[in-house]
Amino acid sequence: MADVFAVELIGISKLFGKFVAVDNINLRIKDGEFYSLLGPSGCGKTTTLRMIAGFEVPTRGDLRIFGKSMGDTPPFKRPVNTVFQSYALFPHMTIGENVAFGLQMQKVPKKEITQRVGEALERVRLADYANHKPKQLSGGQQQRVALARALVNRPEVLLLDEPLGALDLKLRKAMQLELKQMQQDVGITFVYVTHDQEEALTMSDRIAVMRAGHVYQEGTPVEIYEKPRTRYVADFIGETNFLEGTVKSIDGNRVTVEIDGAVAVAATAEADVPVTVGQAVTVAIRPEKISLLPGDTEKGYPGRLVELVYIGTDTRYRVQLTDNASVIVREQNIVPTGERKFHTGDAVQIHWSPASATILAE
Amino acid sequence: MVTPSLHTGSRALLKKIGNFTLSGYAILFFLFLYVPIIILIVFSFNDSKSVFVWQGFTLKWYARVFQDARLLLALRNTLIISVASTVISTIFGTMISVAMERWDFRLKLPFDALLFLPIVIPDISMGVMLLAFFGLIGMAQGLGTVVIAHVAFNISFVAVIVRARMASLDPRLEEAAQDLGANEWQTFWRVIFPLLLPGIMGGALTAFTLSMDDYVITFFTSGNESLLSLYIYSLVKTGVKPNINALSSLMILVSMGLVLLSLILQRKGGGDNVGLM
Ligand SMILES: Nc1ncnc2c1ncn2[C@@H]1O[C@H](COP(=O)(O)OP(=O)(O)O)[C@@H](O)[C@H]1O
Ligand SMILES: [Mg+2]
Repeated sequence: MADVFAVELIGISKLFGKFVAVDNINLRIKDGEFYSLLGPSGCGKTTTLRMIAGFEVPTRGDLRIFGKSMGDTPPFKRPVNTVFQSYALFPHMTIGENVAFGLQMQKVPKKEITQRVGEALERVRLADYANHKPKQLSGGQQQRVALARALVNRPEVLLLDEPLGALDLKLRKAMQLELKQMQQDVGITFVYVTHDQEEALTMSDRIAVMRAGHVYQEGTPVEIYEKPRTRYVADFIGETNFLEGTVKSIDGNRVTVEIDGAVAVAATAEADVPVTVGQAVTVAIRPEKISLLPGDTEKGYPGRLVELVYIGTDTRYRVQLTDNASVIVREQNIVPTGERKFHTGDAVQIHWSPASATILAE
Repeated sequence: MVTPSLHTGSRALLKKIGNFTLSGYAILFFLFLYVPIIILIVFSFNDSKSVFVWQGFTLKWYARVFQDARLLLALRNTLIISVASTVISTIFGTMISVAMERWDFRLKLPFDALLFLPIVIPDISMGVMLLAFFGLIGMAQGLGTVVIAHVAFNISFVAVIVRARMASLDPRLEEAAQDLGANEWQTFWRVIFPLLLPGIMGGALTAFTLSMDDYVITFFTSGNESLLSLYIYSLVKTGVKPNINALSSLMILVSMGLVLLSLILQRKGGGDNVGLM
């Protein structure tokens, strides 16, 4: 059973006319997983989700749900339910009728419908609103109705298309945790579409980072954040320093890269990113992985502090490493108010663990 | 920014003048539209053969309307035709609207144009056309031919009205229904139909009214059948009598009742969907 996936996309492409919206993607989503499709607007996330739901038929490739090839199985025969970006609540029905709809279609006995609708509304804390119409509810409440309407059917896979996109920041943060909690409670596979990298990192078990119809990288939030394979992924998720240089020496996966012919820095090359001595490469390193040390320190790479910005929780430094290369360093402001350790113009040393610096594949 | 008070002052004045002119127009418009109707209704109660001099209150013209056997027959025939053509054209017009909005097919554009045709071609051409057509297929003129003729133009009106409503329907709602396990049939009856109902009501009402008072096409296709619009016209030919006022007043009452009914139904059916049609 181990190799049966909840959702499997094998070489899936989708063309609209000549336009390639989704280009040969392969995804294997495990049962019970919270899986996110992350990418900027227009990269094909919704199209991918709609193919899983059955609203679009793939131009090429095989789509399987729990091992069963879907072909052109219509949406109403698939064991999935969708939470739409715009919620798509039925405006002429009450909240209760909206939530009951799916069960009525499945011909569930009336008594059971009443009970399950009650439970579903209870779960999203809207039990008192069963007789309201959707437009009488706030955006956040409508969102929860959409969730209840889908979950009440106990689908094997729940598809969510930017379900929190229309909510304000505070509500969104609260709903993120609530959704994640709910997913763990019900144990249903979630396929979650978002363009918000922070949201994806917070909620997901695994993330597929997409761009222009391609999946650029797939992995856990830690892998995606700590070991980005491409400049695109490193840049899209969080803040990253990029250092261009040439490979000077290789020792296992430890690589020394010379920046501007001046500074040699340590980095790590993943097994699937082959490097050779003399090759031009890009090193990616997160600002918070770099520590800033006084200029007379022994370890580290020498540089000059050229910019210092206090941003509340952190201080953000810019250190000029060579004539052409500078890096951003972020340090938490742990000491209360405290005196500044550094001033602009200071000679400093910067240091990082080689494991934190990644050689990019492209 | 420098002289905001002057600007807002003069703008307010302009706005006032604009409002005044606009409301003037509106009043004129309503006078133009409703004064004849009011005169008509008032004089239907006038106790005089003359239509233009008030002589006192009476209901005798109304009584006379209901004593006129030919008129009652014409009314019965007209109601049969209106109801039949309304029901048929509403059903088909709605089906066409849903199909046109939701399915893409190669001949959509020409079909679209074709659908508009009965609205734009002159009644007289349509009348002659249908007359020739019925002659060609050897169909005897009577209530049946009138119903077919009325359906022919009413379908277009219903389709145009229902389509406007259909176009404003969020296709995601249908997808949501299918996602929740509804097949096409269930999706139509549980989601599309209730949301279209105000439009369908509007279309049906329009069809009924158009059918009730159509003269030209009816004239060409009715043969010897006695019908309301034809009968009224034949009466007017010998001068306007107060019983015609009474009949017209009754017809106005009925159509206003229908408008009211459709408004109430729309409120009830789709309280969350604004718009008359
Ligand atoms: N039905 C369609 N017809 C034509 N182009 C489409 C259609 N649906 C989506 N697209 C195009 O496909 C691309 C991907 O769209 P989408 O999957 O909605 O992106 P995302 O959800 O990531 O923002 C976009 O460029 C969009 O314009
Ligand atoms: Mg989208």
